[in-house]
Amino acid sequence: MSSERAASAEPARRAGPRPPVKATLSPRERYAPLAISVVSTALVFGLLWRVITSSENWPLIQRQFFDVDAMRASLPQVFSGFLVNMMVWVIALVVIAVLGIVVAIFRSLTGPWAAPLRVFAVIYIDLLRGTPSILLVLLFGLGVPALQIPGMTTSRLFWGSVALVLGYTAYTSEVYRSGIEAVPDGQRAAAKALGLTQWQTLRFSILPQAVRNVIPALLNLAVALQKDVALLSVIGAREAVREAQIFTARTFNFSSYIVATVLFLLATIPMARFTDWVTKRDQERRLQRTL
Amino acid sequence: MSTPRVAIDDLTKYYGQTLVLDEVFLDVDEHEVVCLIGASGSGKSTLLRCINQLVPFDHGEIRIDGVAIDDPSFGKTGLRKRIGIVFQAYNLFPHLKVIDNVTLAPRKVHGVTKPDAEARAHELLGLLGMEEFARKYPEQLSGGQQQRVAIVRALATNPDVLLLDEITAALDPELIGGVLDVIRDLKAQGMTMMIVTHEMGFARDVADRVCFLEEGRILEESPPQELFSDPQHPSTRRFLQRIIEAGRL
Repeated sequence: MSSERAASAEPARRAGPRPPVKATLSPRERYAPLAISVVSTALVFGLLWRVITSSENWPLIQRQFFDVDAMRASLPQVFSGFLVNMMVWVIALVVIAVLGIVVAIFRSLTGPWAAPLRVFAVIYIDLLRGTPSILLVLLFGLGVPALQIPGMTTSRLFWGSVALVLGYTAYTSEVYRSGIEAVPDGQRAAAKALGLTQWQTLRFSILPQAVRNVIPALLNLAVALQKDVALLSVIGAREAVREAQIFTARTFNFSSYIVATVLFLLATIPMARFTDWVTKRDQERRLQRTL
Repeated sequence: MSTPRVAIDDLTKYYGQTLVLDEVFLDVDEHEVVCLIGASGSGKSTLLRCINQLVPFDHGEIRIDGVAIDDPSFGKTGLRKRIGIVFQAYNLFPHLKVIDNVTLAPRKVHGVTKPDAEARAHELLGLLGMEEFARKYPEQLSGGQQQRVAIVRALATNPDVLLLDEITAALDPELIGGVLDVIRDLKAQGMTMMIVTHEMGFARDVADRVCFLEEGRILEESPPQELFSDPQHPSTRRFLQRIIEAGRL
């Protein structure tokens, strides 16, 4: 066959962008906006700080919430609790990612034999997504251990985590499903024409694209779960919030809560920033594809 | 008389209440190239999709070398191996490199080993001038290059029949020529093809026979010289007149 003819039919793309036009700005034009931003921001926040600290209740607030000694005293306890949060979070993330995709696959299967799986998925999602997380945590975390079933652990932490996993699996499977449905029909047609089975089509064509489509949405759920692990405190699991609560009950000082807050923020803010970055990159990728 | 490669017998299909194929009869011999032309919605694409069972039909029969396409002897994948299809929108797998797009079906469906499948893929990519793009992703290629990869993917299982469904309709005008050249080369090598196209010049050039479809029926069927210069059916005449007025012939 004439490969030269075919190859030369399309001209090579021009390499490299054009150099930018260099703008000539005076120092004043260049630095004035930055200076205005810095000064006005400092002014507003300074004023706010001034108003807060000059209030007659400030010393009381400072003592109750920002007592450095109380913070230092509660930190080891709260931090060890926070490690429990992180452990539960990481393990739950892995289990949820897997279970969510299983439920999503159940729901998107076609054919009469898959009907029980489809119905199961629909009922599961309706029930678990419609129930407040705190209720699930109470039901499982307190309810299951109370059954005293032989051979089953009575750990509240374990069963409370199971409740979170089940609830978040419902959300996650819906996210996966939206990703599956966003894959163009042509992909299924191509896979079918090539002879791939329904399962091979999912495995090699649909799922890889679907997962890539929904990574930003999944990361958002991961951030939400990071905070919702704190719900385990209501069943007495010794995680960060519970530890802070214990400290407060003993000393009537709320600084331990601030310690817990800071620990959570240290974990969630980078995670949220990372999510934003991935989302933005993903949008740029899509934009590029449509060009 | 020998058995035709593809025999379409009294094919009728509805989409809901709409009749899209109305008692279609068409035989395609080995090494023959048949072009299907007609307005949008005339049933051309549906006809192609019936042949490789992408859509079910309501009445009639389609046979490959005398064997009905729903015959158990084809097994689950036999028909897929015998018939390749190329789509208007390429439908490449965007998350797979070119080489993996091409080798997926041979490896996962037909049990070809990875080295064998890749060797065959490289050979075909080379023939179509696409060898250097084997490790690229589809989105890194132009439309014309993607469509050539889609053709290679359809050829990877050595099909006996190639179905082409408006394969240049989504391409920029300057990229169409390169893709059509590939089809001309395939014809020269004796590939049996059924081609749905709006490129009348190409149809006249490459087809052994041209079928004009309207409302799910083949109204006229003749060699391209006859059909394009002396159309018999008034509908064909009207259709070609519109094409000429649009400057496409």
